[in-house]
Amino acid sequence: MAPPKKVSTTASSSTSAITSALQDLVQSYKENTPKRVKIIDAFLLFIVLSGVAQFVYCALITNYPFNAFLAGFGSSIGQFVLTAAFRAQVNPATRSQFTIISPERAFADFCFGSIVLHFFVYNFLG
Amino acid sequence: MTVLKLPTFSPSTLTNAASLLRILALAAIAGAAISSRLFAVVNFESIIHEFDPWFNYRATRVLASQGFTEFWNWFDPTAWYPLGRVVGGTIYPGLMATSGVIYNILHALHLPVDIRNVCVLLAPGFSGLTAWATYMLTKELKDESAGLLAAIFIGIAPGYISRSVAGSYDNEAIAIFLLMITFYIWIRALKDGSVLYGTLAAVFYYYMVAAWGGYAFITNMIPLHAFVLLLMGRFSHRLYSAYSAWYAVGTLASMQVPFVGFQPVQTSEHMAALGVFGLLQLIAFVEIVRSYVASKQFQVMLRWFLVASGIAGGLAIVGLTITKTIAPWTGRFYSLWDTGYAKKYIPIIASVSEHQPTAWPAFFMDLHMLIFLFPAGVILCFKELREEHVFVIIYAVMASYFAGVMVRLMLTLTPVVCMAAAIALSSLLDTYLSVEEPARPDSNGVDETSAPGADVPAEVTVSKKKKKDVAAAAAAAAAHSAATTATKAKTKPSATYGIFGLDTRLVVIVNAIFMLVMFVLHCTWVTSSAYSSPSVVLASRRPDGSQNIIDDFREAYYWLRQNTPQDAVVMSWWDYGYQIAGMADRPTLVDNNTWNNTHIATVGKAMSSSEEVSYPILRKHDVDYILIIFGGLIGYSGDDINKFLWMVRIAQGVWPDEIKEPNYFTPRGEYKVDDQASEAMKNSLMYKMSYYRFNELFSGSPAFDRVRNQQLPREGPKLDYIEEAFTSENWIVRIYEVKKEDPLGRDLKTANAFDGGKKRKPSKPTSRRRALTA
Repeated sequence: MAPPKKVSTTASSSTSAITSALQDLVQSYKENTPKRVKIIDAFLLFIVLSGVAQFVYCALITNYPFNAFLAGFGSSIGQFVLTAAFRAQVNPATRSQFTIISPERAFADFCFGSIVLHFFVYNFLG
Repeated sequence: MTVLKLPTFSPSTLTNAASLLRILALAAIAGAAISSRLFAVVNFESIIHEFDPWFNYRATRVLASQGFTEFWNWFDPTAWYPLGRVVGGTIYPGLMATSGVIYNILHALHLPVDIRNVCVLLAPGFSGLTAWATYMLTKELKDESAGLLAAIFIGIAPGYISRSVAGSYDNEAIAIFLLMITFYIWIRALKDGSVLYGTLAAVFYYYMVAAWGGYAFITNMIPLHAFVLLLMGRFSHRLYSAYSAWYAVGTLASMQVPFVGFQPVQTSEHMAALGVFGLLQLIAFVEIVRSYVASKQFQVMLRWFLVASGIAGGLAIVGLTITKTIAPWTGRFYSLWDTGYAKKYIPIIASVSEHQPTAWPAFFMDLHMLIFLFPAGVILCFKELREEHVFVIIYAVMASYFAGVMVRLMLTLTPVVCMAAAIALSSLLDTYLSVEEPARPDSNGVDETSAPGADVPAEVTVSKKKKKDVAAAAAAAAAHSAATTATKAKTKPSATYGIFGLDTRLVVIVNAIFMLVMFVLHCTWVTSSAYSSPSVVLASRRPDGSQNIIDDFREAYYWLRQNTPQDAVVMSWWDYGYQIAGMADRPTLVDNNTWNNTHIATVGKAMSSSEEVSYPILRKHDVDYILIIFGGLIGYSGDDINKFLWMVRIAQGVWPDEIKEPNYFTPRGEYKVDDQASEAMKNSLMYKMSYYRFNELFSGSPAFDRVRNQQLPREGPKLDYIEEAFTSENWIVRIYEVKKEDPLGRDLKTANAFDGGKKRKPSKPTSRRRALTA
């Protein structure tokens, strides 16, 4: 995930502590994350942006085909969490928590979850 | 050292034999579960039971004969006359779809099974699957032997049988299986952190949503489990993977059911799941950030993050509540928390007997000894307290509460009771069936620190006595150290505690077997005597013990089917709507799908008002026949006079000025039908229809109502606006025809009086009476 964006807006008021902490975070992220996980993170960021775009459209313009909005937004959220779970399962830092799930199995699970998810999304688009 | 010499086998032989035995045992359990539900078919016949199943059966027939698309778009003009009902969008179609699929598979295999038999036998068949799912879930909690015990418990526990006997073709028939399998897959998903199982749990959750309104139990149980795990500081990415996959896929899937629609994102019942989902995302995000930075910087960032997300979340909730995007809790839900709520505000919910609070004996009746073993099993769960044990503990607490509030929710309690009791009993058997014996204190002589005798659990008093003469001194010395080491000893390897001798084992095991036998006897007895009555056909015993079948309902419905025009509208209290539609195939005003309170209140008003007031209502609704249930002759207590107060109450809710409940009581506040009955009571259409010509049966002596145990007035009620059309053999069902307007334009009362004065000479009434009583 790409963390800095969320907090930086509220950090304007005071402290250099928070900005330096964020800088450290970015630095640490760049150094300690495997390249493959970074690719997953880029995908996650893309999904977040697409979800935000849909939500803004729904909130500002119209939610008229509400099922279509829910399907699209649900697709974003669902794909995000499936990818995030996949990331946790293959990331060396967290892989130890999953005793029986190999990275290959994780990818198969990810595909299965995505297919089922998009089956329902497609059905719900209307 | 062991008490018994056991024959030795190679380990592979043992495992093979064990797994073969397990499969055989599971098959036998499924067989027992299915066959114990067949009492209804054996004692009566292969018939659909009660009320709601008749609608499900009728819908399934449509599905089987016309295909799924037709079923989906089915508009039923005969229900809720004249409104009609959009059936496809107002039902949970899972049950009908299941039997439709089974029916089609059987026919594809050239097995020409009748759709009715598929429906009748669906619930027993699924109970076998429930036993298997319970086995799998309990296996995760303890081991295979506990699983087998749980399977046999759930297979024959009356608490579950009550809703799944053959012919009880209701949503619960498949829902309990879906409940257990969803929980099992959820536990598996959580243990492995598997997205695959999380998605599968969502798919079964979808099936459950399509099958039963009680799906909200899963919707709240799984988030609650996740939330408790979070509070216990047990966040893990496994939890994140399993829960996120379940929620994201499951919520989207549940919205595919038309009857559920957008509720999962709009109503409060579903908001807990959403909240936990959001919380998990935040925590996972924070966890990832923490893995990258030093702890001091992390604290700074965490503070900012919490403030920002707290403000955002608070604003979102306030905004959504102001704009009313989130619907408030529904009445059915409130009645779970406040048992008096329904009675005050929604009489139609309170009037259903299965929504009443549970009486204490019902717990013993439905669960027998399991209810005593249940707490022990829950405590054993605390001992291990892995994630799945936390789940069972939460489930036990929630289900116990709900089962106490509503009788029908005993159904959700039964599985967890079976699981917990199986864990308790299996632990007991494990301890007492093991041939291992702890080392005797005198045999190791020097080794006093282990002091095994004092660590023996308290229930082994027999062995303690026997041992005392040998090791009295050692025991006394060890007694005070036992107090300090007692708690530790439990976790020590088996050598330090255990059971001495064969006699103790025998005493306990024989007792346990005795209890199990009693349990089986109790379950069989309750099932055969209490839960297998179809309630469409009643049975009584003649003095010589032989069975007497009372078949008034079908007699009357068949009469309607044969003697009235296809479009004749039948009015009855809503309980009988589905049966009339299913068996008599006639339009009804109201039925068991109680979606329109006003319409039901209209019927209530027509029943509880006098003839003059009711007649315009009946005519406006094109009512041709009125059907009532009357048990006064043979003492059938579930009749309409006993339900009458609910009709009054529901009508009062809509017309408080015209219908007043106190008017139907005697001045002393009693509910009476005899001489002292109030004027409103005596004039009400329901009273008149029930007792019309009743005293003629008693040839002069005063008529006696065997349900209320009251003597009726000598003078029976007179009817002017309706006339008797049919009365069944035992007078349980009485059907009246609503007269058309008088052709000469008189009002029907004067017309009737005129006819009565003129037609005294011809003996028409007596001949009709003879026909009726014959």
